[in-house]
Amino acid sequence: MKSDDNIIFSRPESMRDKLTHYCAGCGHGIVHRLVCEVIDEFKIREKIISVAPVGCAVIAYDYWNFDCIEAAHGRALAVATGIKRVRPENIVFTYQGDGDLAAIGTAETIHAANRGENLTTIFINNAVYGMTGGQMAPTTLLGQRTATTPAGRNNKNEGFPLKISEMLAILDGVKYVERVSIDSPQEIIKAKKAIKQAFQNQIDKVGFSLVEVLSACPTYWGMKPKQAMDWIKNEMTKQFPLGRLK
Amino acid sequence: MIKEAKKILITGNEAIAEAAIQAGCRFYAGYPITPQNEVPAYMSLRMPEVGGVFIQAESELAAINMVLGAASAGARAMTSSSSPGISLKQEGISYLAGCQLPAVIVNIMRGGPGLGNIAPAQSDYFQATKGGGHGDYRCIVLAPSTVQEAADLTALAFDLADKYRNPVIILGDGMLGQMMEPISGFKPQIPKSQSKTWTLTGAKNREPHIIRSLFLGEGVLEDWNKTLQAKYKKIEATERRYESFHLNDSEIILVAYGTMARIAKEAMNEARAKGIKAGLIRPISLWPFPVEPFIESSDKAKNFLVVEMSAGQMVEDVRLAVNGKAKVDFYGRTAGGIPTKEEILQQIKLINK
Repeated sequence: MKSDDNIIFSRPESMRDKLTHYCAGCGHGIVHRLVCEVIDEFKIREKIISVAPVGCAVIAYDYWNFDCIEAAHGRALAVATGIKRVRPENIVFTYQGDGDLAAIGTAETIHAANRGENLTTIFINNAVYGMTGGQMAPTTLLGQRTATTPAGRNNKNEGFPLKISEMLAILDGVKYVERVSIDSPQEIIKAKKAIKQAFQNQIDKVGFSLVEVLSACPTYWGMKPKQAMDWIKNEMTKQFPLGRLK
Repeated sequence: MIKEAKKILITGNEAIAEAAIQAGCRFYAGYPITPQNEVPAYMSLRMPEVGGVFIQAESELAAINMVLGAASAGARAMTSSSSPGISLKQEGISYLAGCQLPAVIVNIMRGGPGLGNIAPAQSDYFQATKGGGHGDYRCIVLAPSTVQEAADLTALAFDLADKYRNPVIILGDGMLGQMMEPISGFKPQIPKSQSKTWTLTGAKNREPHIIRSLFLGEGVLEDWNKTLQAKYKKIEATERRYESFHLNDSEIILVAYGTMARIAKEAMNEARAKGIKAGLIRPISLWPFPVEPFIESSDKAKNFLVVEMSAGQMVEDVRLAVNGKAKVDFYGRTAGGIPTKEEILQQIKLINK
């Protein structure tokens, strides 16, 4: 901690001083920071073992200043299960996108949650695959145009946006699920509170916690950053209502 | 528990599981599949007794990735399965190799391809020894032929995995897994976990540890691959294991591994009794493949006869090792068909004409 009383805002110790590869207006930067602020506030940086996903956040370890392992696509919660069971005193969290957590990793997600693994999951839902070029995600909205739904997602062919947080909330092993957004400073404050709760639960050893963060992908939504934030608020939240699910 | 006994009558599957416990394995994740179900059942009983972790995973994919997580956290970790399940684990095995993580994977082989059947087979040799998953990597592959050796090689597997930070496969078949044999005991080991300086423990008083297999910078992944290849060269130079019989005076040398080698040995003895100069090479490490006995004997022997419970997989490595210096014949059966002593003798007689 800096002793200079004039400093009222600084980079969390859990974050490296490094320029990220994220696009302008991407939500990952905000959520990375929220996670790191929470870790600093709990003073648990030295106990953290994080699991990076496959997706845009795969090299999150370049920006985070704590231990990290890269999981295969969708397997983050299986990897985290192995780590946490071996090192129950460490604080283990996964950071996963919608494709990772709710498509290719659906089984790993549901079963880790159902086992009540004492883990924290930060789930970034931006309704699109970013890293591979803007393809349809399980959470893509109906009518949303993506690289693989050029005419817009049609439920007759592509099914419906997957409400995995609602699915997880009904499982007995799950202790806490909340959906938050980062579309405004007010929502960011709420998002941080939810992330803090999810880590608090792990510290208290109460079981599986997940925070779904509705996040922006201006690049593959074909929008300007401000427009993208408005789209979260006006469109995404209709399909994915904010609030505590469990 | 059973370690106090002088002679233990035990199945191959249970011997592997107990040997793993005695070798310090404290994390096991698996998924039910015949004919290896005794391994997870045994582990579910024993792990709580030794303060270890047993998880019945939701899938083979989850099981191998749990093992990957446990290995990254410093535990001696193992999973087991049988052929179709091992196919599902290949993604995780490639990541273990790519991340340089130690783990032991037991494959009690059954008939294939596809769902196949549950009878003993040796048709996963290619998959085990040539990579199996994506990318340029190798697993150390050990092939026990008796229950005692299954126990001994399982213990060795954990040491080799840690020594080289590499996945090690125990390649057995349904016969080895299911049969009971008396064994003289286990070799308890104390894993040198304190020497694992690279594990994920939390970045206390040190820089963060990152375990990864993604390297996007120009030339970085190529350098990583060079590191892996250098390690594989070292393993090839130091970890070749085999057993051989009558190489000095044999005209026909049988080649077989695992339980198949026991039948081949019977055929060799009977051929010798009939005046045919037969020998046997039994590779114990399938990768690295033990080339020495072939180099040593291929000048003298006229014929090698490779016998496998497959359509012919190891025979390719034998041909590479013999390198055209002698004729290499093959006899095999698939899908639970087990070459008998009589069938092998018949082949020997055909060659000896």
